[in-house]
Amino acid sequence: MRAFTYERPDNVAAAMQAAIQPGASFIAGGTNLLDLMKIDVEQPTHLVDISRLPLREVTETPDGGLRIGALVSNTDLAADQRVRQRYPVLAMALLNGASGQLRNQATTAGNLLQRTRCPYFYDVAMPCNKRQPGSGCSALTGFNRMHAILGASQACIAVHPSDMAVAMAALHAEIELQTPAGLSRKMPIAELHRLPGQNPERDTTLARGELITAVILPPPPAGRQTYRKVRDRASFAFALVSVAAIVDAGGGKIRDARLALGGVAHKPWVPKEAERELAGAPAEAGSYEAAARSALREAQTYTHNEFKVPLAERLLARTLGELATGG
Amino acid sequence: MAQVIGQPIDRIDGRAKVTGTAAYAADNRAERMAFGSIVTATIARGRVAGIDANAARRMPGVLLVMTHENAPKQAPFQAKADDRHARPKPQLADDKVQYFGQPVALVVAETAETARAAASAIVVTYEKADGAFVLESASGAAYNPGKGPTGAPADSKLGDFDKAFAAAAVKIDAIYKTPYQSHAMMEPHASLASWQDGKLTVTSSLQLVESAHKSIADTLKLEPDKVEVISEYVGGGFGGKLPVYGDAILAALAARELNRPVRVALTRQQMFHVTTHRPASIQRVRLGAERDGTLTAITHQSLAQSARADEFAEPIVFSTRSLYAAPNRMTSQRIAALDLPVADSMRAPGEAIGLLAVEQAMDELAVRLDMDPIELRLKNEPKEDPEKKVPFSTRALVPCLTEGAKRFGWDKRNARPGQVRDGNWLVGMGVAAAIRGNFLREAEARVTMESEHHAVVEMDMTDIGTGSYTVFAQIAAELLDLPVENIKVKLGHSSYPDTPGSGGSFGASSCGAALHDACTKLKAKLQKGEGAQGLSATGSVKPGDEYKKYSQYAYGAHFAELGVDQTTGEVRLRRMLGVFAAGRILNAKTAHSQLIGGMIWGVGSALEEETVLDPRMGAFVTQDLVHYHVPVHADVPQVEAVLLDEFDPHANVLGSKGVGELGICGAGAAVANAVYNACGARVRDYPITLDKVLPALTRRQG
Repeated sequence: MRAFTYERPDNVAAAMQAAIQPGASFIAGGTNLLDLMKIDVEQPTHLVDISRLPLREVTETPDGGLRIGALVSNTDLAADQRVRQRYPVLAMALLNGASGQLRNQATTAGNLLQRTRCPYFYDVAMPCNKRQPGSGCSALTGFNRMHAILGASQACIAVHPSDMAVAMAALHAEIELQTPAGLSRKMPIAELHRLPGQNPERDTTLARGELITAVILPPPPAGRQTYRKVRDRASFAFALVSVAAIVDAGGGKIRDARLALGGVAHKPWVPKEAERELAGAPAEAGSYEAAARSALREAQTYTHNEFKVPLAERLLARTLGELATGG
Repeated sequence: MAQVIGQPIDRIDGRAKVTGTAAYAADNRAERMAFGSIVTATIARGRVAGIDANAARRMPGVLLVMTHENAPKQAPFQAKADDRHARPKPQLADDKVQYFGQPVALVVAETAETARAAASAIVVTYEKADGAFVLESASGAAYNPGKGPTGAPADSKLGDFDKAFAAAAVKIDAIYKTPYQSHAMMEPHASLASWQDGKLTVTSSLQLVESAHKSIADTLKLEPDKVEVISEYVGGGFGGKLPVYGDAILAALAARELNRPVRVALTRQQMFHVTTHRPASIQRVRLGAERDGTLTAITHQSLAQSARADEFAEPIVFSTRSLYAAPNRMTSQRIAALDLPVADSMRAPGEAIGLLAVEQAMDELAVRLDMDPIELRLKNEPKEDPEKKVPFSTRALVPCLTEGAKRFGWDKRNARPGQVRDGNWLVGMGVAAAIRGNFLREAEARVTMESEHHAVVEMDMTDIGTGSYTVFAQIAAELLDLPVENIKVKLGHSSYPDTPGSGGSFGASSCGAALHDACTKLKAKLQKGEGAQGLSATGSVKPGDEYKKYSQYAYGAHFAELGVDQTTGEVRLRRMLGVFAAGRILNAKTAHSQLIGGMIWGVGSALEEETVLDPRMGAFVTQDLVHYHVPVHADVPQVEAVLLDEFDPHANVLGSKGVGELGICGAGAAVANAVYNACGARVRDYPITLDKVLPALTRRQG
């Protein structure tokens, strides 16, 4: 770990000011950043500890949604009665992530901004375009069992590791930001994370010094919700594939389906074409299987992750069936 | 004399551990202590061409940068020795790089953080050479190591295997693969070295204090009495703390150089390369049987990785020689030298992975015979050791299987795969046998009366979490007729009487027998009416002919029930039972704990554990516990171990056998067999991750 300076402002304006200096980085729960600093992957020279900012509330919005403060812990958010009752997909996703201890410490915004767990990203002895642009992607022809099958590039095939973000993508959440100029703005969560393209070093579209202050959930969508995560052990493992799904069905038809896949791309992956096909489709196995195939149509696999395509298809089809028929 | 041995008493060191007062190696502090951080090689083979440490040296607080250019001269490495863990372990001896992660420099600084930052600032350049990294491609270079670590020959042959196999009515011929595995003990390696008046004290995390003492003294070319090695508390070893590594040697060298105490701790990431691992293996098992299940031919052939830097021959096939009867048999052990980190013992070296193959093959044979797998094993129960042709000291495989079957409800198993459903889960049961060699090593113990009613036991034995402190207190308490709380057990100092340490499941029996002797002698003195206080006796044990005249093993049987998600192929254990016989049990609680720990590890090795090799770089890419999976609580719903009453009069005076490794032996095979029973997926390439199960599920559903 390299030497760094540290400050802990108690209001947002002061935090924004403190983050202007070069080499500064915000830190909240620190569950990912500190690990990365110890192994020299992240080298901030100044840490702005935002954990005392007043962003720990979950409040109701006038239109019937929820505003989740950036510093609400994963544990508190998963336990919030309103989240559990109205947005069960989010509570389930949170509880499928990390461990109890980590969820106590991890924050909402920090969860969104965690880095990939690609093992090559974590070893400074190995090439990695995300860590060191231009050095090459070790995973491309290396060990890539955990890696992306959708939206990847030759420069990077890493996946975003969050479960929570996948549920939020299915819920069409919005991200509320403060800019260094003191302005507040919002963006759909779909626009927060990027695909790697030629710049995998950039995980998100956030500009330097911007601070996530809240995540806003629109009013709960109609239909049944679930989050299903497939992993190598029963707990405390990152997703091989996960599905967040909200399906509104009745009278033998699907009215609306909102889907997001985790563990398959550099960001929570929303299979728009599949969603379109499902709207109005009969609630039957053929529709689910067709939608699942459609969601994975663009998939590209690498040496060790071919299995993710049938796995994601099967998982998606089954999840749709369970939600649409109440099975 | 009250019976104390065997009682399930709590660990006498438990309170110190749970209250944080037990000092593990890295917890120790010394005045003026400095901190070392190791820099490791980022190539697998070649030489260090240059080291630019200028930036590191300029950092405030940096005290020393040690590289091969300025490292003090040490004794040379020895390829062979009677005790491989007592050999010199020179560090930074030359510019040669023999494996990825080999230490190439040490930075010492005023704080651990400064040392680590300075280590990151060192720039090493290399001349890279080609290396061989892939076991599958190295089979042509495989060689016969002559004998394994226990001294048994690499090959064995009896009867005419080829003829018998060709003539067999029913055959199995299958290849099984097991991956690299890492010890991943809770406590990473660390050492604190200090010098006073020319005497070196190293406090470290070790299994074998005596071997480490010799290794450190010889490396630094010191007289043995100029070195004290201390290892009082060890947070897990599993074989990974048998050798001495760079942390101990470099701490000692740097402490001498700086004339102040130096602590060197490995990071979790460094454990994967700097320390040893279990080698990957490729195993071929062939079984020939008559229609009624009588085995006529058995072969078990193994190929395992060995490091070019330091040979190790994993004894994969050895227990197969004693497991089942068959007149025609052949086993062979081969290794291939690769340019990878050093392979060495990991919990039950040999059996742990050998049984993953043999016990799955037996299940495959049972399926082909349409015979119950327990019945098949009972059918092939030998009357004496089938290769050594000597009697078994005890042999309890049959009672373990039958008692286990009864307790587990084996009769409810549906032999046809894929028939039992629970919602989306396909449910299956599997069984496998456990066998683990029993050993006795030379040991000494001293017991001294501190007062009329208090005794102190001293040995250089370690307690690596197994319960050594407690079982020795029980033995002394029973023999001296004192309450357990009046016995003080002092372990882990090289100045105490010599023992073989913790490894190979021989620790408790060897040291316990020596202690039994010491206590018996002390009691005789006490009975002469001499004043108790200060009275002392030293006891010892040596392995005798009993280990030649009898085939000595501990046995068990594993039963696993699990679910396979029919959509995703996820495998989740539901319940597991192990029934074991391991001679007399010294403490029913710590033995149980060791056995279920081994079983859980078996589940992990069947389903999760793999140190993944990147063959392009010759490096392991799993370098932390995010990527190296071991079972978590949620993976282990219900695991029970039952111990059958046994006393092995040929093992040692206590009648006990080791239990530290028995639990893992065969456990993973029971899981693999249950996967097959659940869904029809026969996965011979461990670990059985869902990607290997999925194809069978997609085939099933067309």
